[in-house]
Amino acid sequence: MMNPDLLLPGVLRSEPSGDGAQNKGVTLAPRFAVANISRRSFLKRSGIAVGSTFVLGVFAGCSSDELPTLMERAEAAGDYADAAFQPNVWVGINPEGDVFVVNPRSEMGQGVRSSVHVVVADELGADLDRVYQEQAIGHPKYGDQNTDGSTSMRNLFDQWRTAGASAREMLIAAAASEWDVPASECTAHDHAVHHAGSGQSAGFGALAPAAAQLEVPESPAFRPRSEWKYIGTEISGYDNRDIVTGTAEFGLDVKVPGMLYASVEHCPTIGGRLVSVNDEAARAVPGVLDVVEIPVAQVPVGFAALGGVAVVAEHTWAAFKGREALEIEWDLGPNVSYNSESYRTELEASASAPGQSVLDEGDVDAAFASAARTEKRAYYVPMLAHAPMEVPNATAWVKDDGSVECWVPTQNPQAVQATISQILEVDPTLVTVHVTLLGGGFGRKSKADYAVEAALISRAVGAPVKLTWKREDCTKFDYFHAPAAQVIEAGFDASGKAVAWRHRSAFPSISSTFAPGVDRPSRGEMGLGATTVAWDIPNIRVEACQANAHVRIGWLRSVCNIQHSFAVNAFAGEMAHAEGRDQLEYFMDLLGPSRTLGRWGDRGTYGENLVDAPFDTARHRNVLQIAADSAGWGTTPLGDGEGMGVAVQYSFASYVAWVLHVKVENNQVRVLSAHGAIDAGTIVNRDRVHSQMEGNLIFGLTLALNGEITATDGVVDQSNFSDYALLRMSETPPIHVHIVDSDKIPGGVGEPGLPPVAPALTNAILNATGTPVRELPVRLG
Amino acid sequence: MASYSISVNGSTRTVEAEPDMPLLWVLRDVLGYTGTKYGCGIGVCRSCTVLVNGSAMPSCQMAVSSVGDQDVITIEGLSEAADHPLQVYWAELNVPQCGFCQTGQIMTAAGWLKDNPNPTDSEIDDLQSPNLCRCGTYPRIKEAIRRASNHMEG
Repeated sequence: MMNPDLLLPGVLRSEPSGDGAQNKGVTLAPRFAVANISRRSFLKRSGIAVGSTFVLGVFAGCSSDELPTLMERAEAAGDYADAAFQPNVWVGINPEGDVFVVNPRSEMGQGVRSSVHVVVADELGADLDRVYQEQAIGHPKYGDQNTDGSTSMRNLFDQWRTAGASAREMLIAAAASEWDVPASECTAHDHAVHHAGSGQSAGFGALAPAAAQLEVPESPAFRPRSEWKYIGTEISGYDNRDIVTGTAEFGLDVKVPGMLYASVEHCPTIGGRLVSVNDEAARAVPGVLDVVEIPVAQVPVGFAALGGVAVVAEHTWAAFKGREALEIEWDLGPNVSYNSESYRTELEASASAPGQSVLDEGDVDAAFASAARTEKRAYYVPMLAHAPMEVPNATAWVKDDGSVECWVPTQNPQAVQATISQILEVDPTLVTVHVTLLGGGFGRKSKADYAVEAALISRAVGAPVKLTWKREDCTKFDYFHAPAAQVIEAGFDASGKAVAWRHRSAFPSISSTFAPGVDRPSRGEMGLGATTVAWDIPNIRVEACQANAHVRIGWLRSVCNIQHSFAVNAFAGEMAHAEGRDQLEYFMDLLGPSRTLGRWGDRGTYGENLVDAPFDTARHRNVLQIAADSAGWGTTPLGDGEGMGVAVQYSFASYVAWVLHVKVENNQVRVLSAHGAIDAGTIVNRDRVHSQMEGNLIFGLTLALNGEITATDGVVDQSNFSDYALLRMSETPPIHVHIVDSDKIPGGVGEPGLPPVAPALTNAILNATGTPVRELPVRLG
Repeated sequence: MASYSISVNGSTRTVEAEPDMPLLWVLRDVLGYTGTKYGCGIGVCRSCTVLVNGSAMPSCQMAVSSVGDQDVITIEGLSEAADHPLQVYWAELNVPQCGFCQTGQIMTAAGWLKDNPNPTDSEIDDLQSPNLCRCGTYPRIKEAIRRASNHMEG
C-alpha cells in the first residue's frame, strides 16, 4: 500500500501543530549524507555515472554515521532491494571534465531545470556550460520527488550545495596532494583547481581519478555568497534551444516502437457506471484497432484511472473519431444531482454558520461584543480548471514479463509508480517511470490517473500505448480547484482599529478525493491563506465550514490561497474604502508594526521552521511598499474610471505584493499596468523568479477575469478554450517585477506570485468605481 | 483511405490517410514532426500553427485532403541551425516557460512578420493574440518579436 502522504502536496501533509517541535524553534536539519561512490559496483546501474570517474552520491533520509552500513547494503542489493538505501548519484565528473547532475524534480515551466546545475556549478567552481543534467526516473532513492508546493529549492538547495562543496574539497585535496602544497592555499574556480603560490593549475577532469580515491569531507564548507558567480543571476533556460526548434520532448511527443494510440470516453459524472456499449461503428472507423472497457473509477477516486471505454487506433485522430462513434449508456450515479448554482447556495449557507475552529487567538466573542462597529462581507470563488496547454497523456508499456515502463509528463513520478503498482498489482520495483518535460502542470500533473489509464489500456491490448486526452476531457474531468464561499466579519473599536476577526470558509476538501466521509476543509488547507492572515488584530478566529464534494477536487497553483487571499485582501480593501482611507496606508496599518507571528503550528508554515523562516510582517510591509513605489502610488495621475489597488500575501515561505492599475469603462475592465514585488529569500535563477512573477500575474488575471467552471446535473458545462478562456496577449498589461535581495533561506517561487493578483485587481476596481467586487470572475454591471 | 503527397519542409512525403484527417495528426503521428503541438483541436489555441504557402494556419483545422501542392513548413523546417531571428531572440530573452505553446507562437509570428516587418506594439498584440499561452510568456514573446522585427528591418 502506498504512503498516502506521497499523494498529497507537501503543504497539505501533516505538520506539527500546537506544541510540536517547530513551535519550540527546533531547526530540523535536512537528513542526508554525501558518499563517495566512485568505485562502487552499484554505480553501473546509474545512468550518468557511465564514463564518470569521480562520483558523489547522496543517501536521503540518513546521517553520515549510518553511511558505512548503507554502502554495504547498497553494494549487496539489487536496484530496488532496500531502495531507500540506494544512493542517488548527485554529481559525476568524467575524465574530460564534464560535470553531471541528476535532477529529481519535474520541469513544467517553473524553471527547476534552469536552476539545479547553477547551485552545483557555483559550489564546485565549475563552468556552467560544462554542467549537464539528467532527469531522474521515479525512484525512492531520490527522496521526495513530488514537484509541487513550490518546494524544489526550499528542499534541495542545501543538498545540492553540500554535494558541490564536497566535490570541490575533494578535487582540491587531490590537487594539493599532487603538488605537495597545503589544501588551504588552493582554490577552485573556472573548472580547475589553482595554487597561486606555485602558479599550478589542474582541470577537474584531470583531478577526477585522484579525487575518486579520497574520503568525503565530514562537513564541507559552503562558499561565501561573495564567491557565487551564478546563483542569484539571470541564467539562460536549460532547454531553450530544444524548445525553439521543436525538438524538446514533452509527454505528448514520446514515441516507442510498436506504439498504438488510445483515447478514452469517460463517464460524464464522477462515480457513475457503464451500463452498455455498442462499439460496432467505432470499430468500423478506419484506423481503429480495438475497443476496450476500462473499469470506471468509484469514489473516493484518488488517483485511479477514471476509466470508461478506450478506443485503440493507429493514430490519435482515429482514436478520437472512434470515440465519437461509440454508443454508450451510462448510469450517472448519485452525483447527477450536482448543480453549481444550488451548490453555491449550500456553500454560502455553510459559511454563514459556525464551523470548526482551526485558529482561535484572544477572545473573539468578547471582542465582537465590545466592538464599536462590526462589518461582515461574503465572498465567492467558483470552481477552476488547470488547463495546462499539454493535455494529460502518457505512454505506457506493460511488457510480457509483467514489468511496466512508462513515459509520463508528471509532477510526481513516485505516485505514478506507486499507483500503477497498486492498481495493476505489479511490484513497484517492476514499474519504471521516465519523466518527460511537462507542457504545464499547475498541480494537474501531480495526479497519476492518466498514467494508470495508459497502463491499463496497454495491458489490455498487449502493446505499448500512448493515451491522449482530448482538450474537452482535460476541462471536464479535471481535479478541480474547489468552489469556495467565505464570510469575513471584523469588529472595530471607537478609533477604527480592527480588534476582532472571524473568517469562515466553506469548500469541498482535497482530502475528499482520497477518503470517504470528508466533509470540510482540513487544517492544512486553512493554513493556505486563512490562518496565515497577517493583520495585527488581537482576536482572531478562523473556521472551516462543512461542504461535500461531487467532483474530484485537487490542488491548483497556490491551492486555497486563491480563495483565501482574495477574501482577506478584498475585505481589507472594502474597509479602507468604507472609511475613506488610502488603501495602501490602511493595509500598512492592518499589518501593524513589524513583528514575527507566534503560535506557529496553528498558523501554517509550509513545512518551514520558525528559526529559519519566521513569519515576518516586516517582509509583507517591504514588498507592499516596493510594489506601491514602483506603481507611483499616490503620485501617478489617474484618469476617469481609473484606479489602483493593492494586495499582499505570504505563501510557500515567500512574500508577494501586487499593485494593479485599471481602467473601467462601460463595465469593461482593462488592466493598464501591474507592479509586483517578491521576497523569496535567497534566489537561484533571477530570470526564472522574474518569469514566474510574470506568469503568475497572467494566470491570476485569467482566473479573476475569466475563470469559472460550473456543473449541471453532475456534468461539467465547459469543454475547451472557447468556453474556458485564457488571457490573451492583447489583454496583458505591462508587468514590472521587483525581486528583494535577501540572504534568508530560499522561499517558494512557482506559486507565491499568484494569490494577491485577483484581490489587487478587485481593489483597483473598487478604487476606480466605488463598487466592491465580492465574487470571481469579475462581472460588472 | 487515400494516398496524399504533401510537401513538408521542402520534401515530398506520401501518406495514406482518410481525407478528413487533420494535417496536425498527419504531421505528428504519421510523419513524426512532433514540434507541432495539439492543444485544443478546434483552432482556438494555435499551438498547432504551421506555415502553409507562407501563411500561418492552425493545422488542426486543415484536412490533409486540402493541402494539395501547397508548401507546409513546420518548426523543424523554420531554419537550418535554429537561427531564424525569432528563434534567436526567443532563446536570448528566455521566452519559454514550459515551452509547449512556443513553437506555435514562433510559427504564427514567422507567418506575419515577413509581411509586416515593422509592427507597432498594438499590431503585435492583434496579430499574436490568436495564440494562447497558459504559463504567461506574452510580455517576452512581444519583446522577442520587437527585437526580431528590428533585426529583419536590417
